[in-house]
Amino acid sequence: MQQALLEVHNLTKIFPGIRALDTVHLSIRSGEVHALIGENGAGKSTLVKILTGVYIPTGGTIELEGKPVSFRNATEAQEAGIVAIHQEASMFPELSVTENIYMGHHIRNGRTRKLDWKAMTENTRLLLAQMQLDIDPDTLVKNLSVAKRHMVEITKALSLDAKLVIMDEPTSALTGREVEDLFRIVRDLKQRGKAILFISHKFAEIFEICDYYTVLRDGQYIGEGKVGESDEDAIINMMIGRSVDQLYPDHTTRTGEKVLSVRGLSQLGAFKDISFDLHRGEILGLFGLVGAGRTEVVRTIFGIDKADGGTMTIDGKPYKPRSPQDAMRMGLALVPEDRQKQGLVLRMSLTHNISLPVLAKLCWKGLVTKAKGEASYVRKHGDEMEIKAAGYHVDAETLSGGNQQKVVLAKWIGTDPKILILDEPTKGIDVATKAAVHEFVFEMASRGVAVILISSELPEVIGMADRVMVMHEGIQTGFIDRKDLSASLVMRYAIKEVEEVIHG
Amino acid sequence: MADTSFSQFVKRTLARREATLMLLLVVLLVPISIRSPQFLSPNNINTILNDMAILVIVAIGEFYVILSNGIDLSVGSIIAFSGMACGMINESYPQVPAGLLLLVGLAVGALLGLINGVLVAYGKIPPIITTLGTMSIFRGMTFLLSKGTWVTAHEMSPGYIALPRTTFLGLSYLLWIALLVIALFYYFSRYTRTGREIYAIGGNPTAAKYVGVNESRVRLVVFLVSGTLCGLAGALWTARYASAVNEMATGFEMQAVAACVLGGVNFSGGAGGIIGVALGTLFLGVVTNALPVIYLSVFWQTFVQGLIVLIALALNTISDQRKTRKLLAQRRG
Repeated sequence: MQQALLEVHNLTKIFPGIRALDTVHLSIRSGEVHALIGENGAGKSTLVKILTGVYIPTGGTIELEGKPVSFRNATEAQEAGIVAIHQEASMFPELSVTENIYMGHHIRNGRTRKLDWKAMTENTRLLLAQMQLDIDPDTLVKNLSVAKRHMVEITKALSLDAKLVIMDEPTSALTGREVEDLFRIVRDLKQRGKAILFISHKFAEIFEICDYYTVLRDGQYIGEGKVGESDEDAIINMMIGRSVDQLYPDHTTRTGEKVLSVRGLSQLGAFKDISFDLHRGEILGLFGLVGAGRTEVVRTIFGIDKADGGTMTIDGKPYKPRSPQDAMRMGLALVPEDRQKQGLVLRMSLTHNISLPVLAKLCWKGLVTKAKGEASYVRKHGDEMEIKAAGYHVDAETLSGGNQQKVVLAKWIGTDPKILILDEPTKGIDVATKAAVHEFVFEMASRGVAVILISSELPEVIGMADRVMVMHEGIQTGFIDRKDLSASLVMRYAIKEVEEVIHG
Repeated sequence: MADTSFSQFVKRTLARREATLMLLLVVLLVPISIRSPQFLSPNNINTILNDMAILVIVAIGEFYVILSNGIDLSVGSIIAFSGMACGMINESYPQVPAGLLLLVGLAVGALLGLINGVLVAYGKIPPIITTLGTMSIFRGMTFLLSKGTWVTAHEMSPGYIALPRTTFLGLSYLLWIALLVIALFYYFSRYTRTGREIYAIGGNPTAAKYVGVNESRVRLVVFLVSGTLCGLAGALWTARYASAVNEMATGFEMQAVAACVLGGVNFSGGAGGIIGVALGTLFLGVVTNALPVIYLSVFWQTFVQGLIVLIALALNTISDQRKTRKLLAQRRG
């Protein structure tokens, strides 16, 4: 067997409190397309960031062409021949194709040190022609389609004489025709002896283009194999294989009357034809992989984004929110995905953060806050969530992630919501807080609150939800009742193109 | 969770920008008063405070705009327009009482501030662009209003000119008005819903939006407040300097911004306080006033002010970085 181009052994990366990668192995040969498979948070991105010099590993070895390497920054990785094509193209839209391709490694005239644009343009033309791309080197990148920008990024990788090209979800923004173009180029790269690390959630693509695969789960290496010799079920089992029962208490739900009804909700470019009912005391899980459109759906329900089509009713009455204020008036609450960017005003005290959504209630004649009422209100809900802090006067930025999340939850309990939407409420927080959050969600449901729980963690969804709606690429692909819930079924819906749309 | 103990309170107070500024003021005053003992005479202190009274009113308006992560460059022009309007009314109708002229100033300023606010909040034009435009427009309106002429002291009524100078309990009316504005907006910042929402929008507009804060309304309010206070400042300006000229308060926006920055107001919004702004203004006043004492000509005034602003900004950045590093260390504990 041919010697591996890249050989990764026992790679480990520890962030404060989190083991993001734990003894991971990866072996890629030249001229091979290698799939990296795993759920959200399995450690794929961390691995890529280490390979491209963005993160420095805590332990383990990386060998390139038999020689051990360690990259201190992205430039060193590039010079060694590892280039990543990013999910969201990191390009300069106001510059031309040539300028983008040679950014950071310009060709200079040997004598005058002047930038040699003639040579760079000529080389770009040559590279583009090699890839059979019909792109003018002088076009501004902002005038190119998303697909063509990808191609330019790949061209840039070639101009850097890359040995290993990493493609992170390269097809997520492409149409079917464009995907074919991309695959033609991938095969061409393969022919020229380049190695490609291909990250995708779409099994159809993996089976079409990849030769080998490696599966990661929870930051750990699970296994690898030849794509032609494995079937989907085996790979799915590697992705999810773990037992979940003991972690979550069995909860009996008493689902009440219908609260929220969504019919045919659509938003151009984000999601299409979403329909479901939500009942009092019910926990509806919402599962999907990156790009499924879950967050977009709940943002629309909460009135942050506008729907392009479809209807919603709350308690049978038409509901058409134009702002979060409208949603809050109807008894909705949304705990957003990114607590630092969307959930908290980091430089404000805990008191002020917690009282922010209910200031109107704490105010007298809309103007004067009753300081005493506010303090006791904040203490009541803050203590209920058991926030650990030096006091409610400290700024939110001084707390740990878990405690910050508790502040966000405390902030919303006080609004006494009828419908509580939680977007990744346990992402990046410690185990103890995680359990507290789960307990909180059950408590809310038992009080009759209707809950929508978005989570990328399969065990969480399966352990908590009464029903699960699964989305893939903006379309709902499955609706599963608690009695039929299994990790493999959820994952199957999450990775597959739609066969039939099921309404819940 | 115990909220405060006394030692914690002292520690927290000392860590604040306001305390640093106070300390700095004292440190500055010692050598100055040794060199020139009359610097700390009641008379001179009174002069400094009166010199700074109009600036603190304007700086408080500017503070709310900066707090919401904006900037108001039109403050000087609003002062000029409102000051000119008050001067001309006084010239034509000397029987109008001086107190009413202050209200006219407030109303004129509110109207101009409203224009800024609507353009920013609903026209979605960035504050710096909006107020760069209205800075020229309002100044141009002043020229159009006056047809290029001035209102001089002998064309004004004695009652109007006397207004800022009249004393009550030893302090001038001008100073009382400034203190009233400080007290009012201290209360506004701390105890009103709108005050709280300005901090939220400036600190994290996304998070504020997610809890239903009406961003457009907040942006409108900050420019309304700034305009109204500038209108008041204009009416006082004309009386204090006993003249209304078209070029009045040119460049005043820079001093207002300087006072805020000195007072520890975060330039990207979300942090700062009224007391800081007041102390920042005072600091600026002491330094300006002390220049002759250390034998620097007044020509150095602008230079020194610029220098102080740069140093203050650098200090803000350094203390921010240190805070961040401390936080990270804590979290990794």
